[in-house]
Amino acid sequence: MRSKPARPSPDHHPSGRRFASHPLIEVAALVKRYGTKTAVDGLDLVAGPGVTAVLGPNGAGKTTTVETCEGYRRPDSGTVRVLGLDPVRQAAELRPRIGVMLQSGGVYSGARAEEMLRHVAKLHAHPLDVDALVERLGLGSCGRTSYRRLSGGQQQRLALAMAVVGRPELVFLDEPTAGLDPQARRATWDLVRDLRADGVSVILTTHHMDEAEQLADDVAIIDGGRVIAQGSPEELCKGGAENTLRFTGRPGLDIASLLKALPADCAAAELTPGGYRVTGKVDPQLLATVTSWCAQHGVMPDRISVERHTLEDVFLELTGKELRS
Amino acid sequence: MTTGTYTPKPGAAPLPRMIAAQAALETRMLLRNGEQLLLTVVIPTLLLTLFSSVDIVDTGKGEAVDFLAPGVLALAVMSTAFTGQAIATGFERRYGVLKRLASSPLPRWGLMTAKTASVLVTEVLQVVLLTVIAFALGWSPHGNPAAVVLLLVVGTAAFSGLGLLMAGTLKAEATLAAANLVFLLLLVGGGVIVPLEKFGSAGERILGLLPISALSDGLRDVLQHGAGMPWGDLGILAAWAVVGLAAAGRFFRWE
Repeated sequence: MRSKPARPSPDHHPSGRRFASHPLIEVAALVKRYGTKTAVDGLDLVAGPGVTAVLGPNGAGKTTTVETCEGYRRPDSGTVRVLGLDPVRQAAELRPRIGVMLQSGGVYSGARAEEMLRHVAKLHAHPLDVDALVERLGLGSCGRTSYRRLSGGQQQRLALAMAVVGRPELVFLDEPTAGLDPQARRATWDLVRDLRADGVSVILTTHHMDEAEQLADDVAIIDGGRVIAQGSPEELCKGGAENTLRFTGRPGLDIASLLKALPADCAAAELTPGGYRVTGKVDPQLLATVTSWCAQHGVMPDRISVERHTLEDVFLELTGKELRS
Repeated sequence: MTTGTYTPKPGAAPLPRMIAAQAALETRMLLRNGEQLLLTVVIPTLLLTLFSSVDIVDTGKGEAVDFLAPGVLALAVMSTAFTGQAIATGFERRYGVLKRLASSPLPRWGLMTAKTASVLVTEVLQVVLLTVIAFALGWSPHGNPAAVVLLLVVGTAAFSGLGLLMAGTLKAEATLAAANLVFLLLLVGGGVIVPLEKFGSAGERILGLLPISALSDGLRDVLQHGAGMPWGDLGILAAWAVVGLAAAGRFFRWE
C-alpha cells in the first residue's frame, strides 16, 4: 500500500486556524428513526482532520449519519457538532464552510455542466478557479453539455467539483467513485489526496475497501446504526485474523521440521502438492526464518508471497458475509 | 495544480449577489425549456391572436381584443407563477436540486426570493410581448396602470403559493399532470377567453371566486372598462395568496 504523508496536525491546521478546541465532527449518542425503523441507534463518532472513511453495509446508517452532519436531518436524540456548530440551528454559519457531494442529482436537468459549476462558485466568497477545476476533472469536453446528457461518470465528477469549488474546510463525499471508470476513479483519488495535502478534511462514504485503504487516515465501520470499529486502516488490519505467507517448492517437504524452525504460534501446511502455506504473525523475521530453512534443505521457494489481512477481510469479519436485504 | 490551491478559504458570497445569480440561473432554465415556453409564450400568444381575429367565442359587445387581452395577461401570469413554477420546482425537488442548494450558502428564503424574481422577470417579458401583439390587433386599453400592476403582483403571489404547495407536496410526475390539467380547466372556466356569464349565474358566482377569474375580471374591469381599483377581485386574490403561501410554507417538503 502506498504510504500517506504525515497527517495534518490537529493543532495547527494549514489554514492557520486552530482546531484544537473541538474535533471536526463530534457525534454523540445519535438516534434517528424513520417511522418504526431505527436507522441510527446511539451512534458515537469523532472525526479529526484528514480523510475519514465511513464504511458499512447498505442500510447500516451511513447516509443518515452523514446527512445529519450536513444538516439535512434533525436528530431524534443525541448531539451532532460539525466544526463545533449545530448543523440545524447554526446552518447559516456552517454551510459556507462545508462542501457536499450528493450520491446523485443536485443539478438542474437543463443546466450545462460548466454553467452549474460557475453558479455554485458564485455563491461563495473566494471560489476556486473554475477553468482550472474543469480541466483538472476532465469536464472541459462536456462543459456545454446539459446535465441530463452527461454520462454517469461526468455527472459524478461535476458533483465532486461542486463540492470543492467553494474552498470549504470540510467536504462530504457520498460514494464519489461509484460507477466511475478506472481513469476517472484515479482522478478522483488524486483530487482527494490534494485536498488533504492542502488541509481540507474529507468525510468519505464508500463501498470500495481499497478506496478507504488508499485514502483514509481514519476508518469508521458502521453497522446496525452504530460504529462497530474505528481506527487507521493499518490499526484495523493489524487486529483479528492472522496473516499468511505462501510459497511453492518441491512436493513432500518435511512440514514437521519447518514447524520446528518457526515460532510456536505459527502453523504450516502443504495445501496442494508443492504449495505451502504458513500462517501466523508474518513479519520480516518470519520471512527470514522460512527462507533460511529452505536454504538449509536445498529448496528453491518459488513464488513466495505475503498476504496481508485487508480491510475487506476485517470488514467482512465484523459485518458478516451474508447478504443484507 | 500547485500545492495550496485547495487551502480552505470558505465564505458565503454577499446575499444580493447570491440571489441575483440564482434568479438569473432560474430564468435561464425557464427560457431554455421548450415545454415551459409553450405554456408561457406560445399558448397565450396563439389564444390572443386566434380569438381576436376569428369570431369563435362571443366575447360580448366591443372589440374582441379588448375582452381577450386582459384575460390572456391573466393566463400568462398563471402559466408562469403557477403551472411553470410548479412543474419546474417539482422536478428540482425530485432531482435533488433543492437538496443540493439547501447545503449551499444560499438560505432557503434567498432561494424563494430568487424564484419569485425569476417569475417576475418572465412575466415582464410576457406582458411586453402580449401588449405589443394586442396593440397590433387594435387593442385600446384604459384605466390606471398602478391598479394593473397591483393586480398582477397579488395574482402572482396567489398563483406562486398554489404552485409551490403542489410542487412541495406531490410527486414530480403528479405535479406535471395536475398543473397542466388545472391550467387547462382554468383556461376554459376562469373567464380567460370564455365570459363567465356563459356558465349561468350560479356558475358565474362560484367560478368568480377562482384566482384566475378574479385576476382576469379585475384586469378587464380596469383595462376594458376603465374602472378604478377593483377591490373585490383584489380581495379574492389576496385571500388565495395568504392561504396558498401559508400552506406552502407549512407543507412544502424539500426532498
